Formats: sequence, structure tokens, C-alpha cells
Amino acid sequence: MDNGKDILLSVQDLKVYFHLNQRLAQAVDGVSYEVRKGETVCLVGESGCGKTVSALTTLGLIPQPPGEIAGGQVLFKGQNLLDLGDDEMQKIRGNHIAMVFQEPMTSLNPVFTVGDQVQEAIMVHEKVSKTELRQRSVQLLEDVGLPAPEERLADYPHQLSGGQRQRVMIAMALACNPEVVIADEPTTALDVTIQAQILNLFGELQRERDLSLLYITHDLGVVANIADRIYIMYAGIIVEQGSAPEIFHDPRHPYTQGLLASLPNRAKRGARLHSIPGTVPDPAYKPGGCPFHPRCNLAIETCQSRFPEMCDYGNGHQSRCPVLYDGNG
Amino acid sequence: MRFVHSTTRPSRKREDTVLSFIGRSVIQKTITLFFVSIVSFLIIHLAPGEPSQVDPLNPKFTPEMVERFRKEFHLDEPLHIQYTYFYRDLLTGKTVSWKDNQSVLGKIWERFLNSLPLFIVGTIITWTLSFPVGIRSAIFRGGLYDRNATFFSYLLISIPGFFFAYILIIFVVTQFHVPVIGLKTFGIGDAAWPRLFMDRVWHLLLPSILGATGGIAILSRYVRSQMLEVEGQDYVRTARAKGVPEEQVHYKHALRNALLPFVTMFGLILPGLIGGSVIIESIFSWPGMGRMAFEAILARDYPVILTVNFISAVLVLAGTFVSDLLYLVVDPRIRL
Repeated sequence: MDNGKDILLSVQDLKVYFHLNQRLAQAVDGVSYEVRKGETVCLVGESGCGKTVSALTTLGLIPQPPGEIAGGQVLFKGQNLLDLGDDEMQKIRGNHIAMVFQEPMTSLNPVFTVGDQVQEAIMVHEKVSKTELRQRSVQLLEDVGLPAPEERLADYPHQLSGGQRQRVMIAMALACNPEVVIADEPTTALDVTIQAQILNLFGELQRERDLSLLYITHDLGVVANIADRIYIMYAGIIVEQGSAPEIFHDPRHPYTQGLLASLPNRAKRGARLHSIPGTVPDPAYKPGGCPFHPRCNLAIETCQSRFPEMCDYGNGHQSRCPVLYDGNG
Repeated sequence: MRFVHSTTRPSRKREDTVLSFIGRSVIQKTITLFFVSIVSFLIIHLAPGEPSQVDPLNPKFTPEMVERFRKEFHLDEPLHIQYTYFYRDLLTGKTVSWKDNQSVLGKIWERFLNSLPLFIVGTIITWTLSFPVGIRSAIFRGGLYDRNATFFSYLLISIPGFFFAYILIIFVVTQFHVPVIGLKTFGIGDAAWPRLFMDRVWHLLLPSILGATGGIAILSRYVRSQMLEVEGQDYVRTARAKGVPEEQVHYKHALRNALLPFVTMFGLILPGLIGGSVIIESIFSWPGMGRMAFEAILARDYPVILTVNFISAVLVLAGTFVSDLLYLVVDPRIRL
């Protein structure tokens, strides 16, 4: 894993603001991350920390206004996607970078059949014959583990369960063999058993197809099995990043430590589950200094005024907590 | 434990369910119609005033005359007997107007044929203009086009129809020098056909436009809000994420869903055939159904009022039935 050419998607210092009733919500405030070829990168953070917004921005799906991309770059194979026009961006979406959304119940169009929607995903990017279109959609549905794929083509979304719909969404995302798949909390709305199935499916597909997967979730427990590298996001910034083992076994930010301590399987039976006090700050009213300091049990006085820089632990493991780094901020 | 994926389809075919749905609604709607007939009969008969007392000051109306009148039209019988008399006559087609002794169904048919072109042209104008305006407003929400459309629809909603009608009449008559009152110009009978045709078009156009304006203003607003709601749905974002071109996102993925509620409305415009244009028909002296019903009420011509009432009830029920069937066709989620 070395730097250089195999970086497919690279988000650099991205800033996305929303103008809401004279307030400015700095949803994403200088976020950088990169996805290399064939690796699974997880973006982890609580609801409202800006992870979804940063993902939608990479595909140009942020409505402007009220959204505004205030700075930064989204480089795909070295090309800045933020510079592209609508037509060029359309050729990227679904074709090179595809996305799977959080809500399978509402993400499929209720008035078109599964077959129509999967075939459309192929048709918008490739010219293929009707028979090939059909063959490929059946194959896709089979690849994502839908039973009786031939018959599913004629089904409408309401005839499928949540897990099955999410499989259809994944099939659509894979339709044109994209290099990068962005999965935005794809299992959050599903039952726990189905969650595990979908997660395994992502793992399999990623290995078989050598996909680069950007997996967005609020659940650290979910990512343990699939992540190569992890970015921890809080209030619009990355607070810690590193390889999965380092994040899990050697967390260097109080927020990451809090998240890990909150995982049920780490707690002793019968013991109270750990929780981080307070809630994520409103993006329009962020605290000064380190955004995490009001909830942090290690906070010292300088945390209230000084924005923390990234502290390097080597091997790409970085954290924005100077207090843990050298003890004095 | 083994999980068996269920691949069984619902055993009953959709065609069967549709047939049983049709059967069930015909029965249900017949029952509803029966109750409507009772209620409307009661309302008309319990309302103050009676045909025999319309003109008490007329010296010809001696008490004996009134008595004879009441006897002849069974007004002295109990209500339930009158009810059976009336609906027996209606269903056998023998109802006659108390005013001129003509067949009610014949009168209504004649007036219906007059109202029909007004209704059809008005509806076509309303629906063909409202949708493009509403959809465009929604897509370019907050833009210049949207703001202008909003302004004009509120303007049209606020102007009273009769006032707007006179402005239009004055404008057309003074600018184009064409007569617009009535079905056609009086005494034009033997002119050449192009002139006859244009005369009919002019006479039809103004009341139709007038009938449509209010509809356009309201319907285009409704289309806009419906379209806006659908544009914010997750599946529209999914379509965009797939790389579907913007026009297809709007006109295929969003519009198809936004149209669903209007299918219901489409069935419900049927009853507008009767009551929709009383004011306009009065202003333009258009011999249509609305005006006939209005005059019948003034004259307490019970058979005409009740027959029109019955036909509107049938149209309302037929309209809802058509809506349900259309919904079945366009929305795959509808289960019967």
C-alpha cells in the first residue's frame, strides 16, 4: 500500500456549506480522504457530522442552493470532479462512481419494475441490445444474491423486502462496473440479520470485482470486518484516520476511544454501556477551538480556543488530539 | 434451520381481482345511489315552498286550482308514495316537467348537447395549460418563470369570474367586433359555412376560456406542489446517481409519480358537466344544463331538479369508479 498512482478517489480539504435562514451550516469543513484501488475505506461518524454530505458532493448531488461548495477538490483519477459540467458529470455517475443509499424502502422508484430500473442503469451509459440488457440484469441480480432473478425483473419495489430492495440498489450500482462504489449507511435501515448478509455481500463483491469501496456508517462495529482504512469524522472534520487495526487497537483520539468503548461487545455482561455525554453540535453553531472539547473528558483550557492540527503517529495513522499526542496541546 | 426463499406469487391473477373489484363497486355504488335518491328527494320536498305556491298572487290561482294541481302531481300523497311515483317514472323514462309538460330526459339531453362543447373545450384548455406551467415552475423553483406563474395564478384566483367575464366580453367585442353572447349569432342561419364555423368558435371560445382560467390557476399550483414534493424523494436522487440525464430525471422518474393524484381528479371532473358552469352559462346566455337546473329550481320544477340531481349523483359515482380503475392501471402498489 504505497502512495501514488493507485489513488482513485481523493477528496482534498473539501468544504460544503448550507445557507439556511441567514445561518451558515458548515456541514463539511475541510475534509480530506482518499480511496485507493481495491481497498475498502470506512467513513465513520455520528448522524449530522457531514459524512453523507461529503459523499454526495463527490457525485455532485448536493442541491445548490442551499448548498455551496466553498472550497477543496474532489479528484477522481487526477481529474477534479467539481470542475466538470453537468453532461460530463453524468458520465461519471453510475459509470465510474456509483452510490448505494441508506433507505432502500424509498430509494427505488415505486412505479417502475425492478427490471426497468436495473436496465436503465446500464442503458444510460452503454448501448446494448435488448437480449444482452436482459441477460446482464439477470446476472447482476444473481450476483447480489436475489433468489429467482428472472422473475424479480417483473416485480415492483413494493413486492420486495427491505433487504431485497437494497440488493437491487447494489445491483444497480454495479451495473456498469464502476471503479468506486460509495455506500451510504446501506444497512442502517435493515434488520440485524439482513445487515450481516448485506455486509458480507459487500465484502464478497469488493473482493471478486476488485472494487474500491467507500463505506459510510455511524456504527464502528459494522466496519470491523470489512475496513482496510478508517476515517473518523466529527462535526465536519476528520478527527482520526488510520488502518483498521490501528484504529481498533490503538485509538489516539478521545472521540474514537469513546466510540469504541460504546460498542456493546466490548462491555462486560451486566455492566453499564459506555456513552459519550452530549450530542453532536449543530453545524450552524459549532464550538470554537476543538469541536469535540465540550464532550471530551481530556479537554484542557487550550482546547477551547485552538483548532487542533493533525498529529502524526506514523504509517498513515493521524489524529487531531494534541493533548493525547504530547500532553500539553 | 433452513430458510426457504418464497417465490410463490399471489395465486389470484390481477385480471380476476379487477373483475371482482368491478362487481363489488357496482353493487356498492347502487346502494349509495339509492340512499342519495332518498336524501335528495327529502331535501327538495322538505324545503319551504311548493310548486303550487310559486305564484300565489296570480288571480288564476284559486284554491280549487291549487287543489287540482296538488292532486294531479300527487303532492297530496305521503312522501314515500310520491317517492315511488317519481322514481318509477324516472326509471321508465316517463318523467315530465311540471312547467311545460315536456319529457325531462329529452330536455336534459338537448341541454347536455349544448353544455358538452363548453365542458370539453374548457377542460382541454385547463389540463393542457396547467401541467406545463406547473411542472416548469417546480423544476425552476424560485426562478423568474416560477415567480411570474405564481403571481398570475393568484391574480386569476382572486378576480371574480363574473367581473373577469365582462372585461373579456368588452375587450373582444370592442377590439374584434364579434358577437359572443349565446350559442351563435341570432339570424346567421343561411351564411356560408366558414362564417358559420367561425361564429360558433367565437361564441364557444370566450366562455370556455373563462371557465378554464380559475381551473388553470388552481390546477397549476397543485401540479407545482405535487412535482416539488416528488422531486425531493429519494428515488429521484437515485436516478440522478445512476447518471440519468436531467430531463429524464424530471419527466420520467419524477413526473410519473407526480401524476398519480391527478388520475383521481380526472375521474372527478365528470360531475362538472352539470353544475360547473351555472354562472358562465348565465352570463353568456348559454342554453346549457347548469342554467336549466338553475331555472328549474326557481320554478320549483321538482321532476327536473330531481332528475338533474340523480344524474349528477350517477356521474359522481361513475367518476370515482373511473378514478379507481385508472389508479389501478397507473399505480402498481394499489391492491384491491
